[in-house]
Amino acid sequence: MTVDTGRASARRLRGDGRWAPAWMSAVLAVVVVASFAVGRYWVPPGTVLEILGGQVLPIGGGVQRTMETVVTEVRLPRIAGAVLIGAALAAAGASYQSMFRNPLVSPAILGVSAGAGFGAALAILLKLPWAAVQLLAFAFGLLAAGASVLIGRTLGRGSLVVLVLGGLVVSALFQALISTTQYLANPDDTLPAITFWLMGGLGRIRLDDLLVPGAIIALCLLALYLLRWPINVLAAGEDEAWTLGVDRRLVWSVVICAATLMTTSAVSLAGIIGWVGLIVPHAARFIVGPSFDRLLPAAILLGAGFLLVVDDIARSATTMEIPLGILTALIGAPCFIVLLAKARGQWQ
Amino acid sequence: MAVALDASPGVEIDGLTFAHDRTRHQLLDVSLAIEAGQVCCLLGPNGTGKTTLLRCVLGLLKAQRGTVRIAGEDVGALSARRLARTVAYVPQTMTTAFPFTALDIAVMGRTPHVAMIATPSEADRRHAADVLDRLGIGHLAGRAFSSLSGGERQLALFARALVQEAPVLILDEPTAALDYGNAMRILHLVRDLARGGRTIVMSTHQPDHAFACGDRAALLQGGRVTAHGPPVQVLTDEHLTELYGVAIHVVQTEVRDADGRQMHACLAVDDDRRTDEPAPAHTSAPRDR
Repeated sequence: MTVDTGRASARRLRGDGRWAPAWMSAVLAVVVVASFAVGRYWVPPGTVLEILGGQVLPIGGGVQRTMETVVTEVRLPRIAGAVLIGAALAAAGASYQSMFRNPLVSPAILGVSAGAGFGAALAILLKLPWAAVQLLAFAFGLLAAGASVLIGRTLGRGSLVVLVLGGLVVSALFQALISTTQYLANPDDTLPAITFWLMGGLGRIRLDDLLVPGAIIALCLLALYLLRWPINVLAAGEDEAWTLGVDRRLVWSVVICAATLMTTSAVSLAGIIGWVGLIVPHAARFIVGPSFDRLLPAAILLGAGFLLVVDDIARSATTMEIPLGILTALIGAPCFIVLLAKARGQWQ
Repeated sequence: MAVALDASPGVEIDGLTFAHDRTRHQLLDVSLAIEAGQVCCLLGPNGTGKTTLLRCVLGLLKAQRGTVRIAGEDVGALSARRLARTVAYVPQTMTTAFPFTALDIAVMGRTPHVAMIATPSEADRRHAADVLDRLGIGHLAGRAFSSLSGGERQLALFARALVQEAPVLILDEPTAALDYGNAMRILHLVRDLARGGRTIVMSTHQPDHAFACGDRAALLQGGRVTAHGPPVQVLTDEHLTELYGVAIHVVQTEVRDADGRQMHACLAVDDDRRTDEPAPAHTSAPRDR
């Protein structure tokens, strides 16, 4: 390493990427506090810290009751949900992109979103309670991914291309089923509910809802983090990974299971939120490079922060709540183009 | 460049038969024994099974019949990790979808020595950087692999294989994409690595390369080994002409290699001039001796 080429990649070599988790965590912390503060009802950041501190320490008795309710009961579930879902979608996207060795892959690749969408739409159509909507979304999301994997296994004998095609077919099938539920739905109540769910949103999340999906997502993130190096080697080449001692079947199984469970948990909580799982891994890769051991933490932190900011906009920009999926697409598409332009030298 | 290795196992291929489907065999009853510390060059026309044979040795393909043994151990029974500690692979070329640097690629060679849930250490990264330096591409460590030239990529992949510290090296046409100078540099590297104790199996389209660095040459035709032995005995006019279907004349030159042996070269000649025409003044065909 006698000559430094002065490129972004050389900057990584000198270790700048090593500090990325630290400054990304700091930025996320600031965004979290800011998110508690902003909204239709302004809560000063100092008061936010006082209220949050008061939950664990016996301090700050003099805070207004209204402010405390806004922070702990209205904003806390949304903020926790946004952090969790943003992290899950970005991590799932980064893992899939590395595993499929394709930067254009999103967490929806195996039909999870379409399957979960149909599950939720079906539950809404049948006027089932909210918990059942989440449960059916989760079940059908897993069913869709399972069907894609089954197609890949039986027809493709483990070929990744056939697996992707399987996902395409399953997605199309469930999209048709979603359309069917919309066609059958009552335009006065169930149709708007289905449509709104499909566009994604965090408005209905309660803290209790987050427990099980939160545990699932945490376990999946842990599994992916443990296998960060084999996943990294697999991202460089499939045959090469084997000759370097990586059991690709094992890594595939873990990545597919973890990414599917995380995506399904996220979708069942907040509906279909596109773009996060596609664009955040790109941004993370642009900052810390393609090595999965650095990419995964960066994607988690950036994903959490990104979805949090977008949700802040969704709930405070207008008097009406804007569906999250619409905002992530409106913000994500131009960001993606900027990233492509900046990283032109790196992707060839 | 010589790296001392504790054990340098030989490679025994015994009765290997492989077919993608039932109608056509890619390999038919191939048997080859490559001794520890030797370089064996596989020669044969396109589509004759060289790459298939290498992929069987690497455990990437499972043969229908026959075995590959390295240091007495059946390749098919070894885990990916055990195998990767024994055999390293330098592919013909590699494309990456992501902007991995040359150093990133070289460090991946440490994978079989790193626990599955860990990542290579700083010492591993320094070791990989050292190997890049020794191969003369240390200044490219931070460059994206995809932006390197064919020769530089080949060297980076060699670096990865050396970082892997496996006693057996499998090279799939290591010089195919290289200019003359880079090709010769690679051949010298191969020879040095074998002197350092590594066992090397490489496929090549150049009989000259087998003369330059091979201890053994094996001719592969229609999925069978038709000849096997020291290059000077195996790479004869008859064998090569038969193998490639064009008239080939092998000449022994006055030029000597580092070991003082006279070097050989192949010339493709027109059919009608082929028969026993005297070689140019400073060379003579081996059969005249």
